Amino acid sequence: MNIAIREQKAEAQATRLAVVDCDIHPTMRSLAELLPYLPERWRKHTTTYSNHMRQALAETLAYPRMTPDVARRDAWPPNGAPPGSDLDFMREQHLDLNGVEYGVLIPLRNAGAQRNLDYGAALARAVNDWQVEHWLDKEPRLRASLLVTPEDPAAAVKEIERCSADRRFVQVLLPPRMDEPAGRRRYWPIYEAAVRANLPIGMHVGGVGGHPCTAGSGAASYYIEEHHSLVPAMQAVVVSMVLEGVFEHFPTLKMALVEGSFAWVPALSWRLDTQWRRMKDEVPHLAKKPSEYVREHFWFTTQPIEEPPQPQQLFDVMSWIGWDRIMFSTDYPHWDFDDPRYVFKGKLDERHRRMIFRENAKALYGLE
Amino acid sequence: MARHVVATVGEIAPGASKLVTVKGREISLFNVKGEYFALANKCPHEGASLCRGTLVGLAESDGPGDYRVTRQGEFLKCPWHGWEFDVRTGQSWCDPGNTYVRQFAVSVEPGGELLKGPYVLETFQVAVDENYIVVEM
Repeated sequence: MNIAIREQKAEAQATRLAVVDCDIHPTMRSLAELLPYLPERWRKHTTTYSNHMRQALAETLAYPRMTPDVARRDAWPPNGAPPGSDLDFMREQHLDLNGVEYGVLIPLRNAGAQRNLDYGAALARAVNDWQVEHWLDKEPRLRASLLVTPEDPAAAVKEIERCSADRRFVQVLLPPRMDEPAGRRRYWPIYEAAVRANLPIGMHVGGVGGHPCTAGSGAASYYIEEHHSLVPAMQAVVVSMVLEGVFEHFPTLKMALVEGSFAWVPALSWRLDTQWRRMKDEVPHLAKKPSEYVREHFWFTTQPIEEPPQPQQLFDVMSWIGWDRIMFSTDYPHWDFDDPRYVFKGKLDERHRRMIFRENAKALYGLE
Repeated sequence: MARHVVATVGEIAPGASKLVTVKGREISLFNVKGEYFALANKCPHEGASLCRGTLVGLAESDGPGDYRVTRQGEFLKCPWHGWEFDVRTGQSWCDPGNTYVRQFAVSVEPGGELLKGPYVLETFQVAVDENYIVVEM
């Protein structure tokens, strides 16, 4: 009658809706797993100098996290390896248990934030090859994100061209915090290459922009404060890309904003439209209202979902954004994981449920 | 309401937990400094398995820089989003009125008493000289 603590019931999951998870974080068991994918020159660099980013800290994040490795407390595999490093355990604890039909991998290896641009490019190549060998070749449900170095667009373009023939790469991954706002022209070659490869740009929260996360007013005091700063960083991406005219130049560019939440989108769009009506002569290169670019070019993932006291309020917000633009994500194995069964506190009707849990992501990422 | 023998006293170390199934329901058992508590295993927020959570204390503060931690080990912190539940009541600290985990009465009984009944022993072999954890549900 008693069950060992490690066991978890996988039965009865088959009756549940299959889901596409737009945010899964794979990690390496240790640095040794990365080294074979680097040329000798960069292997030596990794072991001698390692990371150098625009912050004082080299091997850690800027704020202490709520949990070790930012992970769910139950996400360490039985073999003691880091959360997200063991495919078998990921299958058992997440892919099988939660009915994941496709899962998009987002490795957080900071290739794009390296000050040494050549090292960043080598790291991006290595992580891309590692995704193929360690994950994609072993698990047909998984898809990968194509890492590039935004501060060296020429290298980024080469990497997109090198990898994009493998259609298991479903997006080009950029951090929202780069050296400059995302709409600046220095990054346009990357957008151009993504459009040419018919890949959306995925932006997962984070990046090391070299500035305090509080949008210019100094360092944050708490993790809860830093956690929230991920949202204004995403808003800055939308504002910059729309106002710089990126979407006039690349009318087929698609953006997936991952983990930046979404309830802010209608308010931001209203505000931009109001200001645009007054000041559109400053940005005459915009042929449409800002909200129309947002509606047409941006997709948003659900986790960590907003939890208003009235669940219906969240559904109202989703209808204002567009039901076809919201995609389910879990953030597995991180602590703020959302479970597909309980993520929505209210009842979603069947049509919208299918769109959010599967169809929107399948359409954007060309799955099947 | 029946009383179910679910574990021996020695098998859950202080601060540790054990997942058991009683009448088809998963129950997590906790040993808090020698006292035993039983809570439903599903977090009311997003369904995490609570037996994987950690037992923590209550951090309180009257203002920045002034804090105290009391009731060490008496709060169960969910392994996912960190919701904290009082193991004595099952109530969440942040939202005690609406968010709570069902709690079950637990007692420790000597094997000699259990053999007299009327307990549901199921697979348990009860020895006279051992003590057992009994859940009521």
